[in-house]
Amino acid sequence: MKKTYRLENLDCANCAAKIERELKKLEGVEDAAVSFLTQRMTLEIDGAEEAVLEQVHKLIRRLEPDVRVR
Amino acid sequence: MKHRRQLIRIGISGLGFLLALLLPLEGWGQAGVFLAVYLLIGWDILWRAAVNIVHGQIFDENFLMAVATVGALALGEYPEAVAVMLFYQVGELFQSYAVGKSRRSIAALMDIRPDYAQVEREDSLLRVDPEEVAVGEIMVIHPGERIPLDGRVIEGSSAIDTSALTGESVPRRVEEGGEIISGCINLTSRLRVEVTHAYTESTVARILELVENAASQKARAENFITRFARCYTPVVVIAAVLLAVLPPLFLPGFPFAEWISRALTFLVISCPCALVISVPLSFFGGIGGASKVGVLVKGSNYLEALADTEIVVFDKTGTLTRGSFTVTDIQSVGMDSRELLELAACAEAGSSHPIARSIQQAFGGEIMPSRIGSVEEVAGHGIRAVVDGRTVLAGNRRLMENAGMICPPEPEGATVVYLAVDGSYAGRLLIEDEIKEDAARAVAALKAQAVRRTVMLTGDSDAVGQRVAKELGIDQAYTGLLPADKVERMEELLREKGPKGRLVFVGDGINDAPVLARADIGVAMGGLGSDAAIEAADVVIMTDEPGKLSTAIQIARKTRRIVRQNIVFALSIKTAILILGAWGYAGMWGAVFADVGVSVLAILNAVRALRVGEERTD
Repeated sequence: MKKTYRLENLDCANCAAKIERELKKLEGVEDAAVSFLTQRMTLEIDGAEEAVLEQVHKLIRRLEPDVRVR
Repeated sequence: MKHRRQLIRIGISGLGFLLALLLPLEGWGQAGVFLAVYLLIGWDILWRAAVNIVHGQIFDENFLMAVATVGALALGEYPEAVAVMLFYQVGELFQSYAVGKSRRSIAALMDIRPDYAQVEREDSLLRVDPEEVAVGEIMVIHPGERIPLDGRVIEGSSAIDTSALTGESVPRRVEEGGEIISGCINLTSRLRVEVTHAYTESTVARILELVENAASQKARAENFITRFARCYTPVVVIAAVLLAVLPPLFLPGFPFAEWISRALTFLVISCPCALVISVPLSFFGGIGGASKVGVLVKGSNYLEALADTEIVVFDKTGTLTRGSFTVTDIQSVGMDSRELLELAACAEAGSSHPIARSIQQAFGGEIMPSRIGSVEEVAGHGIRAVVDGRTVLAGNRRLMENAGMICPPEPEGATVVYLAVDGSYAGRLLIEDEIKEDAARAVAALKAQAVRRTVMLTGDSDAVGQRVAKELGIDQAYTGLLPADKVERMEELLREKGPKGRLVFVGDGINDAPVLARADIGVAMGGLGSDAAIEAADVVIMTDEPGKLSTAIQIARKTRRIVRQNIVFALSIKTAILILGAWGYAGMWGAVFADVGVSVLAILNAVRALRVGEERTD
């Protein structure tokens, strides 16, 4: 299942690349793309959405505390 | 808001920095002032560096800047530390401003999202969110308003500005019964429209989704940069550590302080930001620029591939030609051509055959049914009708010969309707599938862009196909093809092209989905209002103009040029400063330029990809 989320306060390109790289390693995330330019994250989630999203939020909080997922 | 606050902070710090340099302070006094300015300008960097270390994130740019400047402070290089922090912040501000601005200008291009819809509900006009409107409801659109949903006009006629979707500046007319497309602007008068598609299915929603997702299909150059950035930072940091430790340890007479200072310049350069940001920004700008002229590119990878176009394969009908029959020539004998056309139109008035329709359309006037007497269809040959008391024969050569008339030979590759009135030959109408106005120019433009070969595929007869190909200057035409044959030809052409070249197929997206999918890049034309085309293709040309393909290739090449410039520029400056820094010729100042200065220049260069029109072809 493919879903897109807005990332607020994502203000460096390298951070976006970093988040994308780490997202891809998450369990349950088939594929991930973070676009700095559109401030969007596209996730292809395999499995229970809630649980995976929980992980995603945690990861982003750790990498870039300023970024909010919407 | 955020920018202004940052600007004020930089201004105050800059003043403080100058004061610290100019005031006749010495020793601890001066150090104190520098330190105060340093903390004012750099506290957030230091804070984020600390937070990131707690989170296990090292090699982060905040961390590197913090280490570099704290190191400089420790070595007693106060002015350097403050200056580096100051310029880093200036660069970051400028970078964020430039990126924000270009992002907004791209977003403005895509500003087709309707804010509201006015719907008739229970005898009153309600202003609602377009997403809440159901299929079948009646909406009212006033002049100057954006059309919120796709629909069919049930009352009124108006001119519609489609430029936001097509780049086409000439307004399009709509009448009662005509389809209108969301995202366009109603120009002249009020329309009542029945909604045919819900918002999520409407043209606007599809296009927005497509453009927003375009950034997630990454180009090779982008992936290369991401991989490169991943190694670059650790390598530079390790080099910095070695530079700080090895020479003083193994070579006598080299003080630690000097080498640590050189190593710190390495840390300042180690962020790959210029590349990481400018390459995707260039592609994004290219995609934005293309959408401005009515070409939707579904991903950076397709834009990148378009730059390597080697073979362009066109479908004929609907792509190079209009896909509808038109009377292109009239030759009359013994009467003027208008009269001949009128007789033909009367004779064919009752028929809905495409050829009959083209004659009615060419005549254009009203036909009184009372003028037409008996009409008799001669199967496979034509029509015999009595018009205004005269017997009119309209049909093919056989019909004429059976009636004992001699007619001139027909030109190759066209459909001819012969006419006889009261037993004598009266002339002929030439009916063709008309070639689009800009088709020949489109082919010529591709040749000028060094596209090696142009090919046309068609299900039409060889005579028609070859004539069209010749007229347009197309290198090769495969005619009489069934849909399956087209795929086979495509496979053949794919084998013939060079390893680096790309094969582009251009079709109308209706019957050629398998061919579109098989080509390296599938381009669908006339995407406005055709869901199938938007789904199946990699690139969608919103208008009916094949010439847009060469515009798209031009944009793709310009974008590629900018991407290459940025990669070479950023890497060479960084390498140069690294080498100079290692030998002690470039200090912190040079390093700051190599970091943020290069980023800003690369971003400004990337923004050029957005501009379409004035660039040269190559």
